[in-house]
Amino acid sequence: MATLEQQAKGGSKGDIRYLTPLEIDTKIKVKYCRFKKNGIKYIDYKDADFLMYLVNEQGKILPRRLTGTSLKYQRKVSQAIKRARHLALMPYVGDMLK
Amino acid sequence: MNHYETVFILNPVLSDTQVKETVKKFEDYLVSKGAEMISKEDWGLKKLAYPIQKKKTGFYHLFDFKADGEIVSPFELEFRRDDSIMRYLTVRLDKHAEAWAEKRRERDNNKNPKK
Repeated sequence: MATLEQQAKGGSKGDIRYLTPLEIDTKIKVKYCRFKKNGIKYIDYKDADFLMYLVNEQGKILPRRLTGTSLKYQRKVSQAIKRARHLALMPYVGDMLK
Repeated sequence: MNHYETVFILNPVLSDTQVKETVKKFEDYLVSKGAEMISKEDWGLKKLAYPIQKKKTGFYHLFDFKADGEIVSPFELEFRRDDSIMRYLTVRLDKHAEAWAEKRRERDNNKNPKK
């Protein structure tokens, strides 16, 4: 079985032939930690607008695998979000926040 | 001496003078215990993200002070004794947080230089 790319490029070997080769994005998007990149050392729990980027629309904290945050800063993010929740700057549970 | 920051939420049913009195009371308490006030912030009446004690808004106030660690827990006890305080949070600032607090103050001063 030929790989998808080979098939896409056509040639007699492929199982499927296309008139125009398929555009398959084989580049992996490199994730980066926004705190490391921008040199942010402290994540402020008082800045609820910024912290809203790091939660999903239900108000749950987004995992590292989605945001690309490094472990060191993810711990700080979660601490900041929990503090913001305690002070009612952010909701514990929400719906359609975004 | 550590650097602390306290945010507390006052009951929205209080009048302006009552709010000022309460804030003054806590400030005096800190000063009487030997704390050094660095800054005070009044965020005004803000909408809460969820209801607390069936209230949907609250007066937010922030204290920035230097004090010994022993006075923090009696200070928080005062918050718990006062009915008009709906929430409070005291955190110790590390060196990065201090730098940020400084920057934030400057930014706020530039925005409204009257204060």
